[in-house]
Order: sequence, then C-alpha cells, then structure tokens
Amino acid sequence: MSRQEQLLQDVVIKFAGDSGDGMQLTGQQFTNNTALLGIDLATFPDFPAEIRAPQGTLAGVSGFQIHFSSNKVFTPGDLCDVLVAMNAAALKANLKSLKAGGKIIANIDGFDTKNLRLANYPDGVNPLEDGSLDSYEVIKIDVTKLTREALKDFAELGVKERDRAKNMFVLGFIYWMYNRNLDNTIDFLKEKFGKKDVILQSNIKVLQAGYNYGDTTETFTTRYKVEKAKLPAGVYRSIMGNQALSYGLIAASEKSGLPIFLGTYPITPASDILHELSKHKAFGIKTFQAEDEIAGIASAIGASYGGSLGITTTSGPGVALKTEAMGLAVMLEIPLLVINIQRGGPSTGLPTKTEQSDLLQAYYGRNGECPMPVIASSTPSDCFDVAYEAVRIAVQHMTPVMLLSDGYIANGAEPWRFPSSADLQPIKVEFKKELAEGEEKYQPYKRDEKLVRPWAVPGTAGLEHRIGGLEKQDITGNVSYDADNHQHMVKTRQAKVDMIADYIPLQKIDSGAEKGKVLVLGWGSTYGAIKSAVLELQAEGHSVSHAHIRYLRPFPKNLGDIIKNFEKVLIPEINNGQLIKIIRDEFLVDAKGYNKIMGIPITKGELVEAIKKML
Amino acid sequence: MSTAVTSPALTAKDFATDQEVRWCPGCGDYSILAQVQKVMPTLGIPKENIVIVSGIGCSSRFPYYMNTFGMHSIHGRATAIASGLKAARPELSVWIVSGDGDSMSIGGNHTIHLLRRNFDVNMLVFNNQIYGLTKGQYSPTSEEHKITKSTPYGSIDHPFNPMALALGADATFIARSMDRDPKHLQQTLTRAAQHKGASFVEIYQNCNIFNDGAFEIFTEKATKAEEALFLENGKPLVFGASQNKGIKLDGLKPVVVTLGEGVSADDLWIHDESDFYKAQILTRLFDNPYKGGDHFPRPFGVFYQTERPCYEEVLGLQIEEVISSKGKGNLDKLLRGKEVWEIV
Repeated sequence: MSRQEQLLQDVVIKFAGDSGDGMQLTGQQFTNNTALLGIDLATFPDFPAEIRAPQGTLAGVSGFQIHFSSNKVFTPGDLCDVLVAMNAAALKANLKSLKAGGKIIANIDGFDTKNLRLANYPDGVNPLEDGSLDSYEVIKIDVTKLTREALKDFAELGVKERDRAKNMFVLGFIYWMYNRNLDNTIDFLKEKFGKKDVILQSNIKVLQAGYNYGDTTETFTTRYKVEKAKLPAGVYRSIMGNQALSYGLIAASEKSGLPIFLGTYPITPASDILHELSKHKAFGIKTFQAEDEIAGIASAIGASYGGSLGITTTSGPGVALKTEAMGLAVMLEIPLLVINIQRGGPSTGLPTKTEQSDLLQAYYGRNGECPMPVIASSTPSDCFDVAYEAVRIAVQHMTPVMLLSDGYIANGAEPWRFPSSADLQPIKVEFKKELAEGEEKYQPYKRDEKLVRPWAVPGTAGLEHRIGGLEKQDITGNVSYDADNHQHMVKTRQAKVDMIADYIPLQKIDSGAEKGKVLVLGWGSTYGAIKSAVLELQAEGHSVSHAHIRYLRPFPKNLGDIIKNFEKVLIPEINNGQLIKIIRDEFLVDAKGYNKIMGIPITKGELVEAIKKML
Repeated sequence: MSTAVTSPALTAKDFATDQEVRWCPGCGDYSILAQVQKVMPTLGIPKENIVIVSGIGCSSRFPYYMNTFGMHSIHGRATAIASGLKAARPELSVWIVSGDGDSMSIGGNHTIHLLRRNFDVNMLVFNNQIYGLTKGQYSPTSEEHKITKSTPYGSIDHPFNPMALALGADATFIARSMDRDPKHLQQTLTRAAQHKGASFVEIYQNCNIFNDGAFEIFTEKATKAEEALFLENGKPLVFGASQNKGIKLDGLKPVVVTLGEGVSADDLWIHDESDFYKAQILTRLFDNPYKGGDHFPRPFGVFYQTERPCYEEVLGLQIEEVISSKGKGNLDKLLRGKEVWEIV
C-alpha cells in the first residue's frame, strides 16, 4: 500500500487521560525521542493535585503537552494539533485547546456509558458519535481491546496489569505517525522493568503493537516528519527545570569546593529537587528531610554556619514558614539559598498549577528592613545557570539569596546544550583562617570593599565568636541597642545588597531595538511566550522589544536607562501585578500590566493581542 | 556526646567572654554558666571545636558568655540549627541551650525530632516553669492553676513532663539536675558530654523575679533530702533526711517504703540506667509535692542511657558507601546524562 510522508515544521501534541493512565510517562518518552532527533521542543505537563483523583472525572484529567519544531521553540504552544484523549473527560477538558481541524485520537473504550457519565455528558450523548466533532479529524482506536489482544499470550498477567500497558499502545501509534523508532523507549523500559521480565516484555509487546497498528491499518495513509531544528552547533540533551536546577547546585558545589547541605521538607512542585539531589551522594551531598519547613531552613543555616553550602527548597507556603529564619540569615550575613518553586496561591492555593506568585513575598516578606537578593529562572535549562549564579552571589556576598522558579519551568523540558565542567567559572570562596597581622581580636562584622563580612567557621582556632539575631554593633558584632548603630546597620545591610549590582551583568535586550515604541519587560517563566509574541510582531515590522530580567534584586544598573528608551512599557505576569509595582516604584514609569491568574501560562496569541493594543 | 581531642590545659576562665552578663541578679542561670565553664576545660576539647547554639529566652543569652563559637538564633529553632551544623560538621562538639518555652513550646517539634534522630549533641533545658524574658506568663511546664500575668484566674494547661517527653521521643540520654547543686550539675553535664548521642538534660533553674522558689522544696536544705531522690547507677533508690526511705517495685508499681521495718536495701529498686522499662516508670515519679499528702520524691541524675547510631554518622557512612560502590561523582558525566545528540 502506498504511504505518503508529509513534512511538517511545527507540531503540538497533547496527551490527555486519567491521572492513572500514564500520560506523563508517555509524554516524557515522546519528548526524549523527539529531542534525540535534534528537533527543538518545549513541554508543559499539567496534572491534578491528587495522585489518583476519582477515575474518569474531569478533575482527574492529567495532560502533557509537547511542542516540537524544526524552528526554534520557545513555548509548549497555545493550541494543539493533535489531542490524544484516553477517555471522555480528557476530551471534554481539552477540546477548547485543540486547533480547528485538529486531530483527535480517541480511545473508544474510554467513551463507554460510565465514562461519558463521569465526564458529565448528558444521557445518551457520545461526542464520538453525535457529529459534534465533525470539524476535527477523529481517529477512533479501541486501545483497551487492542492492548488486551496483544497480551493474550501473557497468561500470568491479570486484566488490570494488561490494561496498565495501554499508554504504550498509544505511544507506539504516535511513534508510527511521526516516523520514529522505538529504541530509546525500549531502553527505558529495560531499565525500569529490567528485573520484572514479564512486565518488560509485555510493555515492549504493546508498544510494538501500537506501532504496527499504524503500519498495517490501511486507514492511515499519511505519516509525518519534523526535521532537525537549526540550533547552534553542539551536544545537546533534554532537561527539565528542577533537574537543571539541581545540576546547577551540584556544579556550583564542585566549582566552589563547598559541600551541599540541603535541609528541606517535601512540597509540590519543589520536591523533585530533593529527589534529584538525594540520588547524587557520590558528590558528597547531604540531604536532610526535616520535620517541617522551618527545620529545613534552620538546618541549612546551621550547615552554612559550619561552612557548607546551605540550601533549602520549597514553594510559597513553605517560604511563608521560613521567613523568620531568613531574617536570621540576613542578620548573621551568611550564605544561604532559598529556592522557591512557585505555585498558585494564596494559602494552599493551586499546588500543581503555575503562578508567578511570590515576587513581592521574596522582596518584602520578612519582618524589619530585611533585604535579600532575588534571582529568577526563565526556562527549564536556564535553571542551571540561575542556580549557579545564586550560589555565586550567596557565597561571595555572604547573604541569603532567593531563587524563584515556578511549576511550569520546574516540570517543563527543553533541549539543553550543556556546558562542560571546564567551561564553568570557578566560584572563589575564602574562609577566614586566622587573625591578620595587627588584628588583636576577630571582628566578625568588619567588612571588605564589597561590604562583605568574613566567613569564619567553627573549628578555626583564635576566631571564636558569637553571632545572633539581635542587632549587632558594627565591626565587633556584639549585641547593640544603640540608636545610631541600628540606623547604620540597616543602611549597611541594604547597601551591601545594592552593591551586588556591581557584580552582575548589565541588562540586555533579548530581541528588538534598544529604543522604540513598546518594551515588553518580563521575568521568569513568561520568557517563551513573550519572546515568540515579540518576534512575531517584529517580523510584521512593529517597533517592539523584549527584555527579560534575571536579576530582580538588585536590578542590573542599566535597567532604568533601557526602560526610559521606550515610549511604553508592558509587563506581562502570571499574577495580579507584582514586578510592575516594583518597576513603577523604582523608576517612576507608567508601565502597563498584562495579568493572567488562571494557573496556566500566558499564550503567545493573547500576548500578541495585548501588545498590539499598545502599538 | 564525645569528641576526643587533646589540647593544652584550659581553665574555666578561658571560657568566659568580655561581655557583661545581663541576667537578673540572683538568677539561677549564673550558677549554670559557672558549672558549664568549669566542666568545659575538663572535656579535653579545644574551645574552637565547641559550638553553643541557643534559641530565644533568658537562657538563650548563654552563648554570648561562652568564649567558644556560638549562635544566639531564633525562638525554638536552636535544635534544628544544631542538627544542620552537626550533620555538616560531625567533628564539632555541639551544645544546645534552651528553656522550657523555647524547647517545649515553640520548639517542641524540633526537640522531639532531634532526640529521635539521635544527633550526637548536648541539649541543656533550663526549666524555670515560667516565661521570664516576656515578663512572667505561664510556660508549658508551669503547674496547673498557676496565677501569672496571662492567667490571672489560674492556668488551665496541663504541664509537660520533660523527662517523659524526651524518653517518649526515644532519647538515648536523659538526666535532671538543678542550679542550686553545683556538684551534681557538674557531674551531670560531664556525663552528658561523655554520652555519644543526643543528651537531654533538664536543669531546674530558679527565676527569682517571676517564679521565685519554684523548686525550693527540692533544692533547699530543709526539704531537699525528703523531696529529692538522687539516682546512682547500681545503687538502691534511697532518700530521706536519715536515708531511711526507699522506693521498691511492687510488680510495675513503685511504692515508698521505710527501711528497717522488715525492708532492707536489698529489697529496693536498684537503679539501672540501661533499663528502658524502669526508666519509663522513673520519669513518671512526677508528683507535685506542694499538694502535700503521700507523694514520690522527684528523681535527679541520669535516668536512662543507651547506645544507638547517630544521625550524622550514618549520613556520612551512606555517602562513603555510595562513593566506594559508584566512585566519586563526575560533573561532566552528570551533565551529559544518558542520551545526547549532536548538532553540527
């Protein structure tokens, strides 16, 4: 039979199913397979907070979106070309994000009376049969039946175990559709199920059955291909945000010579950093799952005081609990990393949904005048560089640093041209080892030209000293209630953080001219959406530029100059307007906001519209 | 805890700082500070290897007066800070100084977790049964019906029994002492320092401003012998002004008996610090003597001691094991991962 092969530039697929259907794994496997071909990509996993929300319901739908292209990719895509719907709820929850004329791959078995009822379709209505999907291309496959069929020789497996392999059938079919080979997934299965041969063989069998189904069923006449993207030359791998962040910390530990101590308490969506770091004990990493968020940061402060690289990881509610301890770290002036993988708030909020929720908390969320540097990552792979920078600032400026990432970046994946260890700038750290000549007594708060105090760790003879959360006398560090001293110390702690601006790169324009009509100013995970929207408008000849801030406190020294070169400033944020308050306060500009607070990323399309209104 | 290192002979003076001690005149903390300063030089630990971490409260000013490394941290968290420090630097001798509010109220959670993990640290709880620094509210160890600034009609809180709490959290060393018995306090501190694992020492400390005389009945000459029971390993539980009273076990039930009336010392409960079950009973000898009537004397000394692996040791061992089986981490290998592709 003759088969057509169609070349595509850009595809967005969404895998959607019940939270127990294995859609995240399916998506990740397809992602790795795509990445290995040198195709650029971005992903967006979207799952419910419950591990197994009630089966078949809308609340239980778990999705994984991947955008892949032979062009450069900056976002997981606004709308999808292909929607894989394992059940009626998955279809209902995601149909609005399918392009007109898009493909629906539906598992028929997931559209039985029970599933239709659970998805709140009216009695007797089945979207696969009532013509409501006529404007889409619907591919109906009885995945459950075909999976069971493929496993009929696996007598030792029960029905439940057989059905668990359904996602492999879908993955195999999609691999066929996009002209892929199965090798990396078979290797993955071998590693995962190596010791359970029956499970391994059954999964491989179903994966192949899905592939062969596409190959032998005559209804499918077209296969698609997306070519390699024109990325800068180099060796690439696929990386997720929290993984990149963990690697950044490990790299910084290796290049600074400071062993990592992670004191933390599990919280979504930050726990994967604990999982990742706890795997790498071979780097001498100590991970400590504390009794609560407060003990997490407190233990990290203790480790930092002892000369380790103290780190704590959390999300918004955890940061709230850690604030008093952050104040202590500001007073002690010791290095510490507080990593906030933001999620929807307030309170418990939306644990698995993304939001740029905590910039103001990072800036102001402590008692007293308590300045802390703030740095934010903008893409999954950027987490590596940002973690590395955060460590550099913390240890070279003797200060706690807040690193902001979010759920979208944390769980998203993209290709990464990873650095080699030799490419990384060493992070110089000096402990004070002895009294200097003429120094009679150690002065723990005697500062250098950067206003940084020395780091003298326990075990250093002759440098015994006491520090604490009470206000310090300048230089000696003794407790002081003196009025002038307090004013001086408050100003000095602020000046020390402000001075970090001298040790960070200047702000760059990401795309567009240095001067013009509209500047779109962003931070964090809106990077991809802003970048794609601005590039599109630039191609249409509009005067619009994009700058993305990594160093949020202190700002790069030239940020004000950049802002003043534009007639208008637009600040898109996934919150109710946080950076905009700081920018307006700091630079007295009439910046406008574009704010989406729905637990999902801003799309390119809506941003294009928002920018156009200002042009 | 133990850290065996040789050092030139130090004296108590070496451990004093140039800071003016600012506790109220007559405070029990002065005695505790003096006893710690006397014990420290006998431990053979260089003072740069000693770290004292405290929380918030009157007791927590302690580090400022000790010429070692020290941190006066935040309320209730000294235990958590010390845990991180000890995990990162197992070779240090880490001491936690805390009060009844700091360790049992705001920091109660960290206290029990420190004890169950058995970090090799020494935790000194100065129990004065009152909030001193905030000027006189009742504490989690204050007796019921106590009239304080925040309980003008009497406290309705049931108090903690710190020894029982610590043992319940699987502490490996629990002991009680008092500010007014310097010798006993020194001995107890020495034992705590020698113990490998988390040592929990409750020290009855008089707050002469807000709760004066709270422990008088145990500490003052007139009543001490009748009301305080001093524990000695391998010795019978004997007390009384003429050492004629004892405690014997009737099955699982302790009873006070008078020696000589058909009862000899051989019939008494012989203290065994390693007996976990007897230690449970011992912690429950917690009658309020001020209520009068038949009651048990309050035990002082080492209640219980056992050996269990220390958290920081196992943490280090796990790393060593991983390195010996997998080799030291290689950053380039890590960054490269398993699957890569090249774009030319």
